[in-house]
Amino acid sequence: MTIDDWLASACADADRRGLADLKPLLASLADATRALRGIDRDDAAGRPADPAPSGSPEPPPDGAPR
Amino acid sequence: MTAPLHFHTITELAPLIAGGHVSSEDLTRACLSEIEAHDRALNAFITVLGAGAIAQARARDAEIAAGRCRGPLHGIPISLKDLIDQEGVPTTAASRVLGGHVAASDAPVTARLREAGAVLVGKTNLHEFAFGTTSDDTAFGAVRNPHDPSRSPGGSSGGSAVAIVTGMSVASIGTDTGGSIRIPSAACGTVGLKPAWGDVPCDGVVPLSRSLDHVGPLARSVADAWLIYLVLRGEPTAARWPLPARRSARGLRLGVPRAYFHDVLDDEVRGRFAASLAWLRQAGAQTVDVVIPRASGTAAVYLHMSLPEASAYHAGWLASVPERYTRNVRLRLEMGRYVLAEDYVRAQAARTALRREVDAALDGCDALVLPTLPIPAPVIGAASVEVAGTTQPVRAMMLRLTQLFNLTGHPAVSIPMGETAAGLPCGLQLVGRHQDTEGLLAAAAACEPIVLS
Repeated sequence: MTIDDWLASACADADRRGLADLKPLLASLADATRALRGIDRDDAAGRPADPAPSGSPEPPPDGAPR
Repeated sequence: MTAPLHFHTITELAPLIAGGHVSSEDLTRACLSEIEAHDRALNAFITVLGAGAIAQARARDAEIAAGRCRGPLHGIPISLKDLIDQEGVPTTAASRVLGGHVAASDAPVTARLREAGAVLVGKTNLHEFAFGTTSDDTAFGAVRNPHDPSRSPGGSSGGSAVAIVTGMSVASIGTDTGGSIRIPSAACGTVGLKPAWGDVPCDGVVPLSRSLDHVGPLARSVADAWLIYLVLRGEPTAARWPLPARRSARGLRLGVPRAYFHDVLDDEVRGRFAASLAWLRQAGAQTVDVVIPRASGTAAVYLHMSLPEASAYHAGWLASVPERYTRNVRLRLEMGRYVLAEDYVRAQAARTALRREVDAALDGCDALVLPTLPIPAPVIGAASVEVAGTTQPVRAMMLRLTQLFNLTGHPAVSIPMGETAAGLPCGLQLVGRHQDTEGLLAAAAACEPIVLS
């Protein structure tokens, strides 16, 4: 799930539950999630080309093309 | 000794009690008098065990009269953060959610303190469920900093730090999930120890985030923190007391992580830290700059671990009694319910990488040194703070320099390093090698008199 899709879904759910005050916090969580996935992406870029188990595919962390 | 006895350290008081020169009852009554006189203004305590504490103290005095001393905590008035169970006493977690709950038994740490002879004087106020760093979201009124009552004492163990500074107890037991022992220690001017993860049992303690929670002491000196730490981890102290001679700072090798950790620092905190390092070097310590490459990702990793773990514990109450939480704590708990499992797993992987990086930074060093808090105690209720010409969120600032070591599990301690011009304390944080809390405390004991000079 992309972060934008997740945020839209989470905000809609917060509205449905009467928790509109939660939406700014969800937006800040989305920023943190981008940062987290950025660490993951940097790590993936630094991994050896053929990590064990050999041949296992390494999908991009946020569905983004690499 | 010029200050009243109940403002002295355990190290000073213990031989006086053991020798029958000071009674535990007098000491306990003095602490209870401070609570009576000042707690209405400071809100440090939720439950005060007046008669019960005096009964405990009399029993300890009777033991001394009969020739039995249990060790250095014998007869010492100590408070517990009100997340920690004490048999027959309410555990509120500073929340209306737990209204009416009375602990059926002692937490292991409470039982160990009793066995060591400590007198339990009461349960201290905190940020609700320890889910915050300012101790103002609480069902029992905001805790106030005794150095400036318009300011926060830090948190979440805010009441514990205030109790020590004001003589309401000689030491206190807190919990630390992102800095909740070290932050109030820095903001109030006490010593606060987060032991290595797993050193001290968390059973019988209301959890915040089980993989990040630590229990540890707040105290008036490193030696006092060491004595309490030994008891909390289940080790008899009598055989290890008095303490070994204090190690000199000469030859101590201190790693200084700067990138990220010095990026956003209040000018006065930066100045206190620079002066402390200079004094340590003058005393013979060596300092070497070290790097923790992924440190800037700490907050993101921490959020994706701590939020869902906290929300999982609270899920039932969030569904059944959401109105009983303070607004901010409820919203943050709700936020955790939206973290995706895949991101929780990513955070775990990043956590492992951070642990390796901290290990690498400590390679060849006795400890890392950095400020505990990048800012002095903030004004109560402030959402943001000006730091070196920028506007920063208070919550992020409070956690910025401490939460990494909850993720990695390394032991960390905050010791006082002087005050700002306005009289607000600053804290120096030392971080020890993995699973080496005693080594950390030895290094901190060597630094303590130097950074206070």
